[in-house]
Amino acid sequence: MTAIAVPAARIRRRRPAWLRGPSLIGLISLGVWALVAVTIPLWTPNDPLAPVAGRLLGPSVKHWMGTDALGRDVLTRTLWGARISIPVAVTVIISAVLIGTIIGAAAGFLGGWVDAVLMRLVDITMAFPPILLAMAITASLGPGIRNALIAMVLVWWPIYARLLRAQVVAVRQREYIDSAVAIGASRWLILRRYVLPMSYTPVLVNATMDFGQVVLLTASLSFIGLGARPPSPEWGAMITEGATNFYQWWIAASPGIAILLVVLACNFVGDALRDSFDVKEVTR
Amino acid sequence: MKRYLAIRVAVMPLLLFGIASIVFVVSRLTPADPLVSIVGERNLTNPQIVAAARARWGLNDSVPVQYAKYMKNLVKGDLGTSFTTRRPVLHDLLDRLPATLELTFVALLIGVVFGVGLGVLAARNRNRLIDHVARFVALIGSSLPAFWAGLLVLYIFYARLGWLPGPGRIDPRSVAPGHITGFYTVDSLLHGDWSMFVQSVKHLILPASVLGWGVVGIVTRLVRASLLDEFSMEYVRVARAMGLRERTVVNTHALRNALLPTITIVGFLFAFLLTGAVLTETVFSWPGVGSYAVEASRKLDYPAIIGVTILGGFAFLITNLITDIAYAVADPRIRLS
Repeated sequence: MTAIAVPAARIRRRRPAWLRGPSLIGLISLGVWALVAVTIPLWTPNDPLAPVAGRLLGPSVKHWMGTDALGRDVLTRTLWGARISIPVAVTVIISAVLIGTIIGAAAGFLGGWVDAVLMRLVDITMAFPPILLAMAITASLGPGIRNALIAMVLVWWPIYARLLRAQVVAVRQREYIDSAVAIGASRWLILRRYVLPMSYTPVLVNATMDFGQVVLLTASLSFIGLGARPPSPEWGAMITEGATNFYQWWIAASPGIAILLVVLACNFVGDALRDSFDVKEVTR
Repeated sequence: MKRYLAIRVAVMPLLLFGIASIVFVVSRLTPADPLVSIVGERNLTNPQIVAAARARWGLNDSVPVQYAKYMKNLVKGDLGTSFTTRRPVLHDLLDRLPATLELTFVALLIGVVFGVGLGVLAARNRNRLIDHVARFVALIGSSLPAFWAGLLVLYIFYARLGWLPGPGRIDPRSVAPGHITGFYTVDSLLHGDWSMFVQSVKHLILPASVLGWGVVGIVTRLVRASLLDEFSMEYVRVARAMGLRERTVVNTHALRNALLPTITIVGFLFAFLLTGAVLTETVFSWPGVGSYAVEASRKLDYPAIIGVTILGGFAFLITNLITDIAYAVADPRIRLS
């Protein structure tokens, strides 16, 4: 059988799937959102919390997405909302990955009763519908964006613990770990140098995909009234205000589109990453 | 397999116990005094009312005693009394469960039908424009905030076009059909009330579509992938070589095998939709368990929140078990192993 002639150089230069097509668009749009979140105080002409024009004005040249019930500029508030949603989601994901890593690594590496106890804790936490558990925890701690964040971390870490444990258990069987034991490497060194770096891919891929879901959950909790409260320009809270002014569609339109764009971007990137690294998705 | 399922069933009470314990711990995290939501802020200064309320709701006991009482009641099926409705939480939940289940079933139907349709469309037109559009439409469903999509469709189809009714299970001035199953569509038919049936179906369309759209993406991706797998099989090539029409090849040969993985995730989809119902019900003033949960968390009605969370955990356990059984039924290889 003759090989199909493809110039080797061309194959090598082809970018990975997550740097092409929809995924690239997703990455760029996430970058733009991050840039907006960081720089908006420098260039916005309007104050997100103060009235700038008449109340409930429709979209116009001066106020592209209209004004809300207090006369605040809706577009400014929406862009400002990125300063809440994005840092919250980043904090939740990083904290959940850290906790999940510690617990998953401990369970997988130590085994025995430590493994059994930790994994039952994971099982039970994952037995709850995430939004209900997050609602219950936030309500108990008291409504507010900080407590919503804590609740989301508590709901989210078990996925990463379970993912990492499965990898650690698999990697631990490999021969080079035996070799490391044979040359007298300490357990801590083995875990840090040889096991964890080989186990991290599924966790990182899932964390990327989950970023959008956390943005969505943050907005959901705020919409219910458990997360950010008015006058905060958090997207979910803004949609609640939009719901009370139902006929002024533009108030809820921009924050909704903002959530859609961020989550869609994460899904694009996540899909491509999953295909590139052949990682199974774990839905929470 | 039988042994595996038996173990799964045997472990369920343990998991339930774990669920109940976690919920109890969560409910004790509270820095806020539940008394505020029981007697109201105004009465907090009245020592008599406060003392009576503490005694009535068992707040004088130590935490371990409260835990023991809570567990004992739970075994008897007593989820406590709601602070706000003053009724047993279990009764509240049972009253509202049919509304949620009806919505979820219809949403599941919509999600699966459209998901399979889009998945077949995408697979048959692999890497062509239709494929990309179908997958994009499906992906939007999983990226939309359901509460926002609900407002959007209400604005368009109810407020602007007037094609469909507004929030609620029935029109504000209508009377619900007599209670048989609690499903308004079924009850109205059982009573022979045709106009009531039409009305309740119309009220279901918007919320069920919004909810169901959330799982279209999952189903589409799955059906597309497994259909493409089937297309590469010999029997499909044989069917095509024999000159069968493409429609016959896809619908009667490939799709049957490709649907297997979809059937097995129906349980998961159902659980996913039950969760999503929390937000959808809130937007559509749907009197189900989801909106009950939201009202309870807004009013810090802890017994109600705890009850809903336990119910949710229980529903998740059951659906997981059904999913496992579905796997076994659908695939003889698993059943026999």
